[in-house]
Amino acid sequence: MASLSSPENKEFLVEKILKNYSNFFDKVTADRLGQIKRDKVSRPVVFIGMGTCGLIAGAGKTYDAAIRFMADHKIDGEVVKVGCLGLCSAEPLMDVQLPGKARISLHHATDDRVEDLLNSVFHRTLVAETILGQYKHVDQEDWPNVPYIDQHPFFSRQHRILLRNTGIISPHSIDDYIARGGYKSLYKTVLNYTADKVCDIIEQSELRGRGGGGFPTGRKWMVASGTGSDQKYLICNADESDPGAFMNRALIEGDPHRILEGIAIASYAIGANHAYIYVRTDYEQPLFILENALKQAREYGFLGENIFGSGFTLSIFIRQGAGAFVCGEETALIASIEGRRGIPQSKPPFPAEKGLFGHPTIVNNVETLANVPAILENGPSWFKSIGTKQSRGTKLFSIAGKGINTGFIEIPMGITLGEIVNDIAGGVKSGGKFKALQLGGPSGVCIPAQHLGTPVGYETLAEVGSSMGLGGMIILDMDTCMVNLSKYFMEFLQKESCGKCIPCREGTGRMLKILEEITRRPREESSHETLERFKGVVELESLAEVIRDTSLCGLGQNAPNPVLSSLKWFREEYEEHIFDRKCQAGICHDLRTFYIDVEICNGCNICQKKCPENAIVGSIKLPHFIIEGKCTGCGICSDSCKFNAIYYK
Amino acid sequence: MKELLDKILSKYPAGKKEGLLPILQEIQKQQDFLPEELLSEVGRYLNLPANKVYGVAAFYDQFRFRPRGQNHIRICRGTACHLYGSLNYLSELEKQLKVKAGGTSRDRKFSLEITSCLGACESAPVLQVNDKYYTHVTPEELAKIIRSFKEKPE
Repeated sequence: MASLSSPENKEFLVEKILKNYSNFFDKVTADRLGQIKRDKVSRPVVFIGMGTCGLIAGAGKTYDAAIRFMADHKIDGEVVKVGCLGLCSAEPLMDVQLPGKARISLHHATDDRVEDLLNSVFHRTLVAETILGQYKHVDQEDWPNVPYIDQHPFFSRQHRILLRNTGIISPHSIDDYIARGGYKSLYKTVLNYTADKVCDIIEQSELRGRGGGGFPTGRKWMVASGTGSDQKYLICNADESDPGAFMNRALIEGDPHRILEGIAIASYAIGANHAYIYVRTDYEQPLFILENALKQAREYGFLGENIFGSGFTLSIFIRQGAGAFVCGEETALIASIEGRRGIPQSKPPFPAEKGLFGHPTIVNNVETLANVPAILENGPSWFKSIGTKQSRGTKLFSIAGKGINTGFIEIPMGITLGEIVNDIAGGVKSGGKFKALQLGGPSGVCIPAQHLGTPVGYETLAEVGSSMGLGGMIILDMDTCMVNLSKYFMEFLQKESCGKCIPCREGTGRMLKILEEITRRPREESSHETLERFKGVVELESLAEVIRDTSLCGLGQNAPNPVLSSLKWFREEYEEHIFDRKCQAGICHDLRTFYIDVEICNGCNICQKKCPENAIVGSIKLPHFIIEGKCTGCGICSDSCKFNAIYYK
Repeated sequence: MKELLDKILSKYPAGKKEGLLPILQEIQKQQDFLPEELLSEVGRYLNLPANKVYGVAAFYDQFRFRPRGQNHIRICRGTACHLYGSLNYLSELEKQLKVKAGGTSRDRKFSLEITSCLGACESAPVLQVNDKYYTHVTPEELAKIIRSFKEKPE
């Protein structure tokens, strides 16, 4: 890697590539560029996908094993760390590129398999089952009988603009990004456009915020730029805290310079000289990668004073969040940067008028900013040609749960949710049946099978009660209990409520209590207690509506979503819990009733000894019985039974 | 400890409140937790009453006021992990290690932390002990992991 970031390369890339307005190069330049881009390699290169997801799946060991392999076999080659390609369920991913050959991708490359996998590539004895696919190259020889990676069902429906480089280039090297056209838009912008013109271009492209309500980005910038204040701020919101959403993290880890470029252009457009990136606490690797990227961009003169001689000055600071979900809300985020508790404030005044330290501030999501360089590169009409009339461009989603292919994707707006679930994710894992799609984490909704025809877009998703800003998709199968899932989300929200406004603080607690009442075991209840329990159940819906209508910020307003949506589509499941006290999925442990199969039970007496409630009776060597009234459904007996004689209904 | 604090504080301008979170984060990074006496020092430096400093620190989940155990366990409670039964694993850990989520066991051997999502949903359920990740954890594996750490010499 050392040879690739030499001063000569830097000069070549900045002078010949970045400052070249056309995309046509003479042969010498093209050859050298091909080398840096690793399109054309003179020695073997192994790429390891080392995003956080990859590292957890064991990519760190894979990397060591690949280095060892190269040393053992005395191969003069390179092992490059790249981000995650998106197909997390196939990780660790390892790509290999041999001189003259197309780059080929291998899945599930755990450290113990590295030797075999690399041997199969170097000896050209590929095993079809280990291959994900090969990349298309114009002037490199294809591997015979190997499918292209963009024909893989997970990738074929995607339209990768933001993720173009993710998983392909090294996020640790600015040269990789420049070689693929990076920082060209920044160069073009600061030298040729006025700030107002940039706002205009973004306005024309109809780019809308990807993090929340979907406010037109260009218009938001104009508000800040029109305030005439001499001190303005731009904040990049990378506080992605929804459980099950990780596409922003993947973008940062795969292509950090794209975000820095977006921030720089946005700051130029609104006239800010200071920008902040607010990164979630747990994101250690993205933080490290961003800091490194920032350092490189400063070294190259793309950030700092007098950028490209235009007179535009920008400093970017990174702030690490401290683990509060509510800080994803813009006013809370600002409070957190100012060193206060992350508590939202009522709007207006909007941050665009009076934000950080009392100055006009624009808060944009990572994904929104990552779109900016591409729009300036290709023009607003190009951007408008992608997606639907009301929602232009593409959207990142992360897919998790019970799907076959999981990971993160970038799809053009207008694709239906069903296409994502069935085609991209490949449906539900074997043995399961699709039940619902949970979209948007704790503030999101459950979408049942009959609504999978909904296309992705701001307005269309709003119709089913969801919001675009929440990109976490969880595929649920029949083993999921919707009441339990609502309880899980409510528990999360109740814990994360900042406590400022009463509907959210008290309301979420009350809702959690009601859900706990529904899923707990019947106690000995006097008529009064039963009445109380039912009162809660009856009022669940109206309570949810009050919370939604009266909370201060998005966290509270969206808090009842999981309950309201599951109540709408899976009402019978709630009723079953309330009236029959049964949980079909068997998830609500408290509602299980255990039985002993007298045919199988041989009276070993273990369960009787283990039962903490003394609910099991029976003599040794004779079948035992469970007294239903005493059983608390803890399941210890069924865990301890060696003959599987204990079952539940 | 005083020297360490001075070194951290010198990087931030005195009396400027916005330095509070980065200062606290750095102290925790060095000390593993936020010692009480340092909090009031930080307050003096930033011209903030100690209760404000404590108030901010207590608001955020990241900050601890007591040291972690020898083995720090993080269990992911993201949605995907929840679907694969991470709640059962959490209660099993609490029971077996005699420690509550967010706390440290009495013998200082274990501390348990809940994380809202580690972002490795395809590997669910995920458990992190110190620097090591355990993926696709099963009940049998969990028992094995617990045993191995219980038997680990100090």
